[in-house]
Amino acid sequence: MSEALIDITNHKPAARETLLSAQGLCFDARGQRLIDSVNLEVATGRCTVIMGANGSGKSLLLRLLHGLITPSAGTINWRGGSLDHVARLQQAMVFQRPVMLRRSVAANLRFALKVRGVHGAERKTREAEALALAKLENLKDKPARVLSGGEQQRLAMARALISTPALLFLDEPTASLDPASSLAIERLIETARENGTTIVLVTHDAGQARRLGDDLLFLHNGQIAEAGPVTRILEAPQSEAAQAWLGGRIFVPDNPKSETI
Amino acid sequence: MDSFSGILMEAIELILSWDSDVIEIIMLSLRVTLCAVLLACVIGLPLGAIVGAFRFPMRTGVVVVMNTLMGLPPVVVGLLVYLMLSASGPMGVLGLLYTPTAMIIAQTILVTPIVAALTRQVIEDLNLEYSEQFASLGVRPIERIFALLWDARYSLLTVALAGFGRAVAEVGAVIIVGGNINHVTRVMTTTIALETSKGNLQLALALGLILLLIAVVVNILLMAIRGTAARAAYV
Repeated sequence: MSEALIDITNHKPAARETLLSAQGLCFDARGQRLIDSVNLEVATGRCTVIMGANGSGKSLLLRLLHGLITPSAGTINWRGGSLDHVARLQQAMVFQRPVMLRRSVAANLRFALKVRGVHGAERKTREAEALALAKLENLKDKPARVLSGGEQQRLAMARALISTPALLFLDEPTASLDPASSLAIERLIETARENGTTIVLVTHDAGQARRLGDDLLFLHNGQIAEAGPVTRILEAPQSEAAQAWLGGRIFVPDNPKSETI
Repeated sequence: MDSFSGILMEAIELILSWDSDVIEIIMLSLRVTLCAVLLACVIGLPLGAIVGAFRFPMRTGVVVVMNTLMGLPPVVVGLLVYLMLSASGPMGVLGLLYTPTAMIIAQTILVTPIVAALTRQVIEDLNLEYSEQFASLGVRPIERIFALLWDARYSLLTVALAGFGRAVAEVGAVIIVGGNINHVTRVMTTTIALETSKGNLQLALALGLILLLIAVVVNILLMAIRGTAARAAYV
């Protein structure tokens, strides 16, 4: 355990319902503890940003919280109850590399609606809304896999938002996108928030965290090294791991004299 | 060489004359093969998709069996179907031996493992790509199977054509259960075998050329499908 570990309970976005919470969350693989005793709360309507160095467990934590992976220990609660299939249907996730079905743009959106049991006129209406939201109307009949990276990620966002999730997980959605595409994705995230969707965002981009985030969890070696308001952590990090990372230094716990890049 | 040229010319003339016997043999061949491939797809596609998409106990054993059955010797299949359908066999009462139905059964048994095993591989690869997205969307198992089969449609068409290629060229099983009866169960491959042994090389070569032509058409179709799929980035 890092000495700089700060209990997440020190930072509670007050006066809001807790949508998702995790207690003592652990995940082991091949004899290694990759997520270690994580406690967190995600409040309704907030944008919680998860940051940390490569390999710190950000994407893994996101998958655990979304129920894609079963934790080795600990519990995840959804609106105070368990995270079951019904709860999962109120969540959505956009991956760093968008997974496009081998169908048209519109058929990708229709599929998401179909599996949620949306049919007929409502399906058509929501499909049209999603296409407009992602500015993909002109590409609706094109095979999704021939779109550019930015267009594919917009489609992935639209497909995630089409089911109006209460909580949207975003795993580095703008990684490897050009600035214009990143801006389009950020606008979609803002629109989702305006529509009441809670966001949990993994990013490497401190500027993006500042623009979009309310709360920040800084992960190091599978543990939450620091948690608090985004601006406070980015401006005055208290944990050694966050200080090193934000200062551009490689932080290795076994070697307290971390090197400057 | 002159003899070969002469036989070749006569074979081509036979094809161009639209000889009714030749047409009958070709049509029966296509009917038996297409029925067998259709049945093999009805059984093999969902079976391969289920094995490819889900994890269950003994799955590795099932995959090994499926892959092994791809190499089923046709004469062994012919013999087993013969024993099943012969008068003293468990299905003898149906009176199917030496009928096109018996040939369809034998070919279906030969082609189904090919369709199932190749489908399993295609679906497994696609499922690997889709599994997290499907889990995130809350896709139910039955929806997963249908979605994977649909999204792999181009690859699965090539699987079906591979099955067609195997069935249309097959001779060992159909000659045992069909009996090569003129105007009843005589197909291209069995006719080629019979007419060659009789020394009627013109008809044998004519049917051989048509089989080659079918193989060329199948390959052109395969290339067209692959091209279409590649343009849409579906492969």
